[in-house]
Order: sequence, then C-alpha cells, then structure tokens
Amino acid sequence: MLLKTFTLGGVHPEENKISSGQPIRKAPIPKTAVVPIAQHIGAPAEIIIAKGDKVKTGQLIARGQSFISANVHAPVSGTVTKIDEFMDSSGYRKRAIQIETEGDEWIGTIDRDEKIDATIKRSREEIIQLIKESGIVGMGGATFPTHIKMMVPQGKKADCLIINGVECEPYLTSDHRLMVERGEELMIGARILMTALGVEKAYIGIENNKPDAIDHLTNLSKRFPGITIHPLKVKYPQGGEKQLIKAIINREVPSGKLPIETGCIVQNVGTAIAVYEAVQKNKPLFERVVTVTGKSVRNPCNLLVRIGTPISVLLEEAGGIPTDTRKVINGGPMMGKALNSLDVPVIKGMSGVVVMPEKEARRPKISNCIRCARCTFVCPMGLSPYLIAQMAEARLEERAEAERIMDCIECGSCSFTCPSGRPLLDNIRVAKSKVGQIIRSRAK
Amino acid sequence: MANLLTISGSPHIHGDQSIRKIMWGVVIALIPALLVSFWYFGIGAFIVTMMAVLSCVVTEFIVQKFILKEEPTISDGSAVITGLLLAMNVPGNLPWWMVVIGSIISIGVAKMSFGGLGKNPFNPALIGRVFLLISFPVAMTSWPLPFQNRWVFTDAITGPTALGVIKEGLGKGDSLDNLMTRIPSYAEMLIGNMGGSLGEVSALAILLGGLYMIIRRIITWHIPVSYILTVFIFAGILYLIDPSKFIDPVFHLLAGGLMLGAIFMATDMVTSPMSKTGMVVFGFGCGILTMLIRVWGAYPEGVSFAILIMNAFVPLINKGFKPAKFGEEVKHG
Repeated sequence: MLLKTFTLGGVHPEENKISSGQPIRKAPIPKTAVVPIAQHIGAPAEIIIAKGDKVKTGQLIARGQSFISANVHAPVSGTVTKIDEFMDSSGYRKRAIQIETEGDEWIGTIDRDEKIDATIKRSREEIIQLIKESGIVGMGGATFPTHIKMMVPQGKKADCLIINGVECEPYLTSDHRLMVERGEELMIGARILMTALGVEKAYIGIENNKPDAIDHLTNLSKRFPGITIHPLKVKYPQGGEKQLIKAIINREVPSGKLPIETGCIVQNVGTAIAVYEAVQKNKPLFERVVTVTGKSVRNPCNLLVRIGTPISVLLEEAGGIPTDTRKVINGGPMMGKALNSLDVPVIKGMSGVVVMPEKEARRPKISNCIRCARCTFVCPMGLSPYLIAQMAEARLEERAEAERIMDCIECGSCSFTCPSGRPLLDNIRVAKSKVGQIIRSRAK
Repeated sequence: MANLLTISGSPHIHGDQSIRKIMWGVVIALIPALLVSFWYFGIGAFIVTMMAVLSCVVTEFIVQKFILKEEPTISDGSAVITGLLLAMNVPGNLPWWMVVIGSIISIGVAKMSFGGLGKNPFNPALIGRVFLLISFPVAMTSWPLPFQNRWVFTDAITGPTALGVIKEGLGKGDSLDNLMTRIPSYAEMLIGNMGGSLGEVSALAILLGGLYMIIRRIITWHIPVSYILTVFIFAGILYLIDPSKFIDPVFHLLAGGLMLGAIFMATDMVTSPMSKTGMVVFGFGCGILTMLIRVWGAYPEGVSFAILIMNAFVPLINKGFKPAKFGEEVKHG
C-alpha cells in the first residue's frame, strides 16, 4: 500500500526513537514545584492564591485572563512558598508559583477510579467548559488553549477532527507510548472532541514507524464508529498541522489562514487524553508524559511527570546527567528549544527532554551558499529559504513578507539540509518576528 | 555543569550533507570519463588534466591566501572540479601553458573575482574554455585522433570533430549522405572512439557519471533531461522537415559536448536556477541555444555558449519560476 504523506518537501532525519519500548512510569513528585503562569500562548493566568496558602493537587491557582489564556492548577499539594520570577524553559525569568510539597492530597472532585468510562454524558457546551476549566492547551508543543481551538468561528464549519499521533520529531516517544498504553482513553477523548465539534468523522494520523500503535488503535477503532486510523509515510515534518491535513484529507490550509478553513480541527494525542480526563474524570491538566532521552542517557524513558518538576529530577530518573552533556533540549531536536538551565520546570507543552553530547551539539562550519537549491526542495511550505534568509540578513523585511516569510512553520528542514551549514532558520526566525511587528503596527 | 550548556536555535541536528561531500561526489562521477579520455588520448590527456587541476587549485590558494587574505578552502574540492571540467573541454594536445592560462582565467577571473565559491554568475570552467577558444582558435580546434601517439605529448595527428565535418561540409555544399561516410559510426561515438575534447568523446562514460550523481542526489534530473530532450526534439523536427539538409537527432546527442554540457556543466549548482521548474526552463533554453548555434551559428559546437548565455538568465529565471507554494490556492478534495 502506498502510504499517505504531504507533497512538498520534507527531510529524513535519523529517527533515534531509543525510548519507544519503555512503558510510561511515574516520576517522583518533586519536593518543590515551580509552576509558571504563562505555559500557553496568550495572556498569563491571574494568580488567585497567596504566599503561605495551602493548596491541594488539582486546585486552581491561577485563572485564565482575557480571551486567549488558560487556567493553571496546582500539580502537588503543599504550601505556596514564593510567588516570584523564575527562569523558565524559554530562558527568560517569568512569573511563577513555587509550592513546597507536603504529601499528595488531591482535590475531592477528581474521580480517581482507574476504570475507563466510555459513556459521554456531557453536552457540547459542557465539554468546552470542562476543557477550559481544566486548563488544557495543545500538548504537542504549540500550547494554544484547546477550548478556543474547539470554538469554531462564526460562519465556519468543521466537518472532521484529526488526531495527531505522528510524532515526527526524532527521539520523542511520549505520544507513541500514550497510543499503545492508553489507546482506549484516546479513542474516548476523540469521541468527546467529535461531540464538541459536532462532527461525524475523525482521523488518527500515525507515522508508519509505530506499527504497534497503528495495530492497537486499528483494533480499537472497530468499537468507535467514525474514527479511522491512517498510517503515514515517515517523513519530517509529517506532524506539522498543515502537512498532516494535506496528507490525510488532501486539503491545503490557505496562506495566512487557520486550519478551520479546510473544515477540520487538529488535536494532539496527549491533548485528546487530557480531554478524556477532564471530561470523564474531572481531572485538570497538572501532569503529562515526557520522554527523557539522548544517546548518552543511561536509561532513556517515558515519564508521567507533574507540571513544575525541575528538569534535573527527570534526568536523575533517567540515570543521571551524562558526563558528555553539552546541550539539553526542551522538545525534539528539530524544533525544540535549548535549555540554559536544568532547574527550569516542566510545563504543559513539554513533550520531551533530549540530552545531546558535545559531538552532536556542535553546529557545522558556515560556508558560502553554493546555491544548490536543496533548501527549496525540502521546504514543506514551498518557500525559498535561501532567499528569505538573505533578505532577513539584509533587513529587507517587506520583501521577505512578500516572499511569504510568515508561512514558515520553523520546522528547520532548510538548516538541517544545507550543505554549507548556513543558519537559515535562525535568520528567518529573527526576520519573522520583525515582520510580525510590522504587520501588527499596520493593523493599528 | 549547568552553565556549560550550549544555547542555539533549532534545529539541533544537521543532515550529513556538506559542500565537501557534494564536490568530491562530482569528482567521483567524472572518473569514468577521465579514464576513457586517458585510454584514447594517452599521456597527453593525463598531462592536460593534471596541469589544469593543479593550476586551478594553486590559483585559488594564492588568491585566497594572499589577495583576499582569507582561510583557503581548496580542500572543498570545487577548484578540483573546475580543473577537471576545464581539461574535459580542451583538446588533449593543448600546450601546457595554455592550460595554465585557462585555469587562471577560470578560477582567478570567473570565480574568485566575484567572491569565490557560490558567488560566480558564470560557469568558471566554461569561461576558461571560451577564453582559450577565442584567444587560441587554432590550438583549441585541432583535435587529436584517438589511439594516435598515445605516448607522445602535443605531437599527435589531428582531425576535425564530427560536428566540424558536418558543419564545414554542409557549408561547402557537400551532400549529407557523402558527409556521413566521413564521420565515425554512432556506436563508436557512444563509446567515444572519435576526435574531440577530452570529455566530449564518450557519451556513455558521461552518462554513467550522470547516473551516479542522480542516484547520490548530487544533481536532479531536471536540467540534463530537459536539455537533452530539447536538443533531440529540435533536431528531430529539423530532420523531419528536410533529412537531406539536417542530420538526424541521434547524431546531435552523441556528437560534441552535449552530454558533458548537459550533465556536468549546466548542472553546476552555483550557476543554475533554484527551483525545479526553473531548472527545466534553464535546460530548455540551453537546448534551443545549442541547436541554434550548431545549425546556424558560426561555430560547429554551441554547448559552451548556450550554457554561458543561460547562466546570465538565471537571476531572471529565479524571479519568474519560484517553487510552488503550499496553500497557494484553496483545494477542497
């Protein structure tokens, strides 16, 4: 069978899914948790507790402000010891709540029964409300508040849901493990999302390098009408939202528009399971699965981690920090962010921690562009990275905008491929933020 | 430990491509054609090749080290390729000092004066070749015949190329049937048993190198295929119009520098377009110009000029033929 995929560009980085066989296990609850109030795209949440307050696990501690924002809950039980600026995974100091752990007492409203509840009793509005209250955001890394994504704008209509189980980033295996171990909850989560959207069809896209997940979910899907499983060709960035929509339903999101233009909504596997927990078990989002891996890591693993746990605790769980460590990445090696400290806390959008040794952390030497055109061949958005990067270096933001710089999804395929080792994406990223400013000032 | 962490933007991994790998890959692809030329033209071919490579590399080194005062990058292999390609474009008995002059022009003028690798608008080896052709027309058009005096340099028995025979003959009013008896058979032309530049002789050896480069993904098929196909169709149409005045298209594929040009010269990434459609347009233009020069121009062979002229059009092609963008039009399947 010819596997589905997207048509433009793409690259094939080494997969390195070394932790794919490791079942999810619980990481220890940290002694102190640091919970940033801005773990999502949009306005930071407003803190509703004070220093010295006692909190329980799952208790609301910061409420989502304005339209685009998300609630934040206590991931541990204990005493609030500090509300201050803490270094977060972006490298900036941002406002966060520090909680000193005492035991692990959950709020009473959470249904802690392990039994899977497959009956959907909630209405559309109730589901969206529960998602909002539970503080769920896109868990693939984008961290866009899920309840907003689920509210289809006036005049638009959704006709299908796509669940993103692609996990095309090298090394990462958290979604893979979730699909294998918590497939049923995932399917119910998908049904809940379908109910909320009022659609009859859902597609789960999975790269073909996860045959166990594909088989397991295909078997389960017999019990869940409307949900079909789609094995996809292994090609990066297959998990990009636009690339996934193109691959599965062959529709292209128009430049500058949202996926809803094509009539579909995409949600990550982790998000769907969080939705299941929120709607069926009344459990807010305060823990997630994080892959802790790397070639020199002694025990690469997939951990169920409380939000706010310091990265260093996860590395201890994976057998300690390797001596040759030079770079630690929040996320995968293609799109993740390099961390400048191991004290930063886990946040809702952190799907993995990849540890890189000296040898791999080094960037190639930069030479002249030899105009080989490989960057244009691999760009999944059909852009000309060499040209946009040149314009970016020359500060020609307007021309870069005309070349559709804002379409760039920052997948990194261009920099990955460039034989001259040119930092194409670095330059594009800088210009993108400037073009963004220009566009915003124009709108005023 | 924590303050030793490296911070940089994504992506944090890099594919295995490098300039060095690409360039040395091209050198490997040239080996069959080189061996064939040594076999047919003997020691002369070997001396010309070594001379060209050496003087190209030395020129680049001197310019980088003493004029531009930058780190020499001769080990990237690009100067070696220019040297090899220049050698492939000249007769095997060319005096050594002409080879040196050609190399200095190729590297010194056509490449380094524009800023070195990646900055030159024209194919350096072709600039060197055309400079030599205009400066030393006699030496550049007396082609040693294969298997003659393989162990002697510069003193070979020479003769015109097949393209030269046809062009000159038709100009004098000879009939094509008559001229056909004076050129090698197509089978001989395919394996290279004929007079010509070192790299013009064996279409087969060049094709082999081209296939290697496509499999190794050093080049894509777009330029060679569109170039060769355009020449074939153009020549085919002329042949269908009047077979007594125009020679058949197969001849045009096998004779002269078409294969070398289409596979090794036009595909030079620095001087060719940046999108696949652009590459097809570029190949098409090269094909048309090659045929116009071969049939109606002053020179019997037009590949070098055709490619150089199309090199000049590359910026325009890049502007006009960008890659197809995602989400350009709304498609609902």
